[in-house]
Amino acid sequence: ISFLYTCTAVLIFPNIDSVEDELELSAVRHRPEGLEQLEALTRFNRKELQILYRGFKNECPSGVVNEDTFKDIYSQFFPQGDASTYAHFLFNAFDTDKDGSVSFEDFVMGLSILLRGSVQEKLNWAFNLYDINKDGYITKEEMLDIMKAIYDMMGKCTYPLLKDDTPRQHVEIFFQKMDKNKDGVVTIDEFIDCCQNDENIMRSMQLFDNVI
Amino acid sequence: MAAGVAAWLPFARAAAIGWMPVANCPMPIAPRDHRKRHDELIILNVSGRRFQTWRTTLDRYPDTLLGSSEKQFFYDEETKEYFFDRDPDSFRSILNFYRTGKLHYPRYECISAYDEELTFFGIIPEIIGDCCYEEYKDRKRENAERLQDDQDDNKDCKLPNMTYRETMWRAFENPHTSTMALVFYYVTGFFIAISVLTNVIETVPCGATPSQKDMPCGERYTIAFFCMDTACVLIFTVEYLMRLFAAPSRYQFMRSVMSIIDVVAIFPYYIGLVMTDNEDVSGAFVTLRVFRVFRIFKFSRHSQGLRILGYTLKSCASELGFLLFSLTMAIIIFATVMFYAEKGSSSTKFTSIPASFWYTIVTMTTLGYGDMVPKTIAGKIFGSICSLSGVLVIALPVPVIVSNFSRIYHQNQRADKRRAQKVQKARLARIRIAQTGSSCTGFLQSKRNDLLNELLELTGSEEEEQQLNKGMSLLESQHHHLLHCLEKTTAHEFVDEQLYEQNCLETTIQSYTSRSPSFSSQDGPIGTCCTRRGKMNSPLPNSSLPLQPSHQQGSLQELSALHIQCGDKLPHTTSRSSLNMKTDDVGLINCKGSQITTAIISIPTAPSDTTDGGALHGPPQRRPPPPPTGPQAPSINTTASSNVIKVSAL
Repeated sequence: ISFLYTCTAVLIFPNIDSVEDELELSAVRHRPEGLEQLEALTRFNRKELQILYRGFKNECPSGVVNEDTFKDIYSQFFPQGDASTYAHFLFNAFDTDKDGSVSFEDFVMGLSILLRGSVQEKLNWAFNLYDINKDGYITKEEMLDIMKAIYDMMGKCTYPLLKDDTPRQHVEIFFQKMDKNKDGVVTIDEFIDCCQNDENIMRSMQLFDNVI
Repeated sequence: MAAGVAAWLPFARAAAIGWMPVANCPMPIAPRDHRKRHDELIILNVSGRRFQTWRTTLDRYPDTLLGSSEKQFFYDEETKEYFFDRDPDSFRSILNFYRTGKLHYPRYECISAYDEELTFFGIIPEIIGDCCYEEYKDRKRENAERLQDDQDDNKDCKLPNMTYRETMWRAFENPHTSTMALVFYYVTGFFIAISVLTNVIETVPCGATPSQKDMPCGERYTIAFFCMDTACVLIFTVEYLMRLFAAPSRYQFMRSVMSIIDVVAIFPYYIGLVMTDNEDVSGAFVTLRVFRVFRIFKFSRHSQGLRILGYTLKSCASELGFLLFSLTMAIIIFATVMFYAEKGSSSTKFTSIPASFWYTIVTMTTLGYGDMVPKTIAGKIFGSICSLSGVLVIALPVPVIVSNFSRIYHQNQRADKRRAQKVQKARLARIRIAQTGSSCTGFLQSKRNDLLNELLELTGSEEEEQQLNKGMSLLESQHHHLLHCLEKTTAHEFVDEQLYEQNCLETTIQSYTSRSPSFSSQDGPIGTCCTRRGKMNSPLPNSSLPLQPSHQQGSLQELSALHIQCGDKLPHTTSRSSLNMKTDDVGLINCKGSQITTAIISIPTAPSDTTDGGALHGPPQRRPPPPPTGPQAPSINTTASSNVIKVSAL
C-alpha cells in the first residue's frame, strides 16, 4: 500500500511546483495635458517640452512617477552614497498637489522654476524644499534632516572622513548666516534676503540655466 | 549610469539648485554643450530593414560601435543612412539596448550568432539583463560543452604526446577510448562479480556427505575458495595501484569515494593474512570478512545509475534526516503508548518500551510480522492509529527523494551546473559591483585627470596635458560636474575605498598621538572648503585668525612648490620617497616669515602604485606630534594620489 502511495505522490508532486499566477493590477496611467497648455504654464518651448516628455515617459511608461521609482532614478546618479532620503525630500518638493506621485505636469513645472525661473522663484523653491512641513519656517531639525540627507549622498568613502556631527555643524553655520533675528527659525524673507546678499549663492543659482 | 536615466540627468542637475543655499563655497563651472542643440533622427539600414532612432539615444553608449564615430565607416552618402550588412532580427535586441538600457537575449536566437552580433556592435554580453542572463549562460555552456565534446572526439582520434601516465588515466576514466581500456573495464567488472558470487556461495550449505553434517561450501572447499579470493584480491590490488599511479592528483584520488571503497574491499584480505595465527582476534577476523561485501560497490564505476543513486541519497540528506527524525519521534510516542496500554494484560510481549519499538516499527512500515500483537482493546485502538500514521509519516518525505532522483537522473552529468551557477552568481555580483562602482571610479579618475590638467597648465607642459585629455562623453562630464557640486556643497570629497580605509587607520592612530584636541573640531566647517589648491586645515587654535591674509601667501608657495614637483616628475612615477624629499626641501627652503605657527607634516611612503585601472593609492595624511619647538616653516601637507598631487598649506 505504501508503494501505491508513493506512486500517486510522485505523480502529484510535479504539479506542486507550478506557481500560482497572480493577477497583476494594471498600473496607474496618466496622460498629460496638451502641449499648448503646458507651454502656457511653463517657460519651456515646444521642442524642449517634447524632449523632456520623451525622457520622462521612457523611464516611467505609465506616465507618473511614484516615490520608489523616483528614489531609484535619483540614486543612480549617486552610486557611492544613499540618495533615498534626499530623493524623498525632492519628491515632496516636486509633488505640489500631494497626491503621492509626480506627474509630468508637476515635473515640468518644477523644472521650469529651476531652470527658467527668476532668482526669487528659485530661492522660493529651495525654501520650500527645506521647509519639510511647509509651515513657512525652517527649523533646525528640518535643516538637520536635509543636511543629513545631503551628506548621506556622499557615502562613507570621503576625504576628509565624515564625522557624526558634521551635518550638525553645517546646520549651525547655515543658521548663523541666515537667522538674522536669532529666533531659531529661518523665515522666507530672511532666507531670500540673506541669499541675495551672498554672491556665491547668487552665482551658483545661475549655474544650471542652460541645462535644457 | 543606465541609459534610461540619462534622460533624467537634466532633472538631477536642476535639482542640485537645492544644494546651493547650503553650500559655503563657489561651485565649479558646468561643462559646456558644444554640440548642436536639436536632436536628429538617424536612419540605420540593416540588410534592408530600416530602423530609426534619435542620435542622442545612440550616444548614450559611446564605447560601442553605434555610439562612437566608428559608425561613420558605414555611412552611405547617397542615401544618407548607415548601412549594416547584418542580421536584422538580432539588431532589434541591440537597438533596444540603446533605448532601454537593458540587453535582452531572445530565446529563439542561436547563441553563437547572437554572440557574433554583439561582438560586431561592440557590446559586451555581460550586461545582459537579469531576466535573460540565466538562459544566455545556460545556452552558452551547452554550446561550450558541445564544442568541448567535439574537441575531445578529435583529440581521441589523434594521438597526442601524452605521457604514459596520462594515457593510463584517460583509459581508466573513459573506457571507450581504446580497446585496451574496454577490455580492462570488462575484466574488472567480471572479477567483481566473481568475487561477490564466491562470497555468497561460500555460505550456502553444500550437499551433505555421509561422513560430515551439512556445512557451508566455504568450509568444504576451503582451498578453492581461498584461491578465488586471492585471485580477485590480487586483481583488485593491481587495479588500485595502477589507478593510484595514473592519477593526476594522487592526494585527491586517495580521498575520493571510489578509492576508499577499493581500499575497504581489499583490506580485510590482507588483515586476514596477517592475523590468521592469532586465535583471539579470529572473531574480529570473521567480522572483517563482512567488509568484503563492499566489493559490490565497485560496480558503481561501471554503472551510472548506481552513482546517481548514491548522489541522490547524498543530496537528499536533509530530507532523509527529516524522515529519520520524524520516524524516531513517532516510534517513541507509539511505543510508549502501546507499552502502557498493554501493561495490564498478562503474558504480553510488550515487556518494556524498547521492546515495543520493534512492534511500532513493524506496524508503521506496514510490515506487520505478527510476532507481537496487542491484546487489549486500548492496545488495538492505538495499534491501528499507529499503523495509519505510519503510512503518512513515511509517505511524506519519500516522494521528495524520488523526485530528486528523477531530477538528477535527467540532468545526468550536470553536477557541474551547480558549480557553474555559483560562479555565475559570483560573477553577477561582480558585474553589479563593477557597474555601480564604475561611474564613481570614472568620476574619480576624471577628477584626477582634471587636477593634473590644471597643474600642468600652471607649469605650461602641454604635451602631457594633451595626453590626458581623454574624450569623455558630454553626459559623463555633466554627471561628473553634478558630483563635483555635491562635493563642494558638503565640503568633502569622494575618495576610493582604499584611501578611505587608509584614512580610517590613520585617524585612529592620530587620535592617540595627536597633541592638540582641537584638531577635529576645527576641521569640518571652517577650512576644508573652496578651491582644491588652497585647502586650509587649521589644526592649531591660534592659526584660525590670520586665515585670510595667509591664504594668498600660502597659495603662492603652493604654486611654486607645485612647479618644482610637477616639472620634474611626471605622474607615472612610483617612487614616493623622492617626492617627499622634495616636499620637505621645499618646505624648508620657502621658509619666509610666516605668521602662522604650523606643524610639520611628513608623509609616509606608500607602496608603488599601479597607474592603470584607476586604483587610487595615496599616502594618507598623518600628523605626528609636532616637535616642541616647532620650526617656523610652512610645511606643505601633501596628499598624493597616483597621478595627482594635492597640496595644502598650513
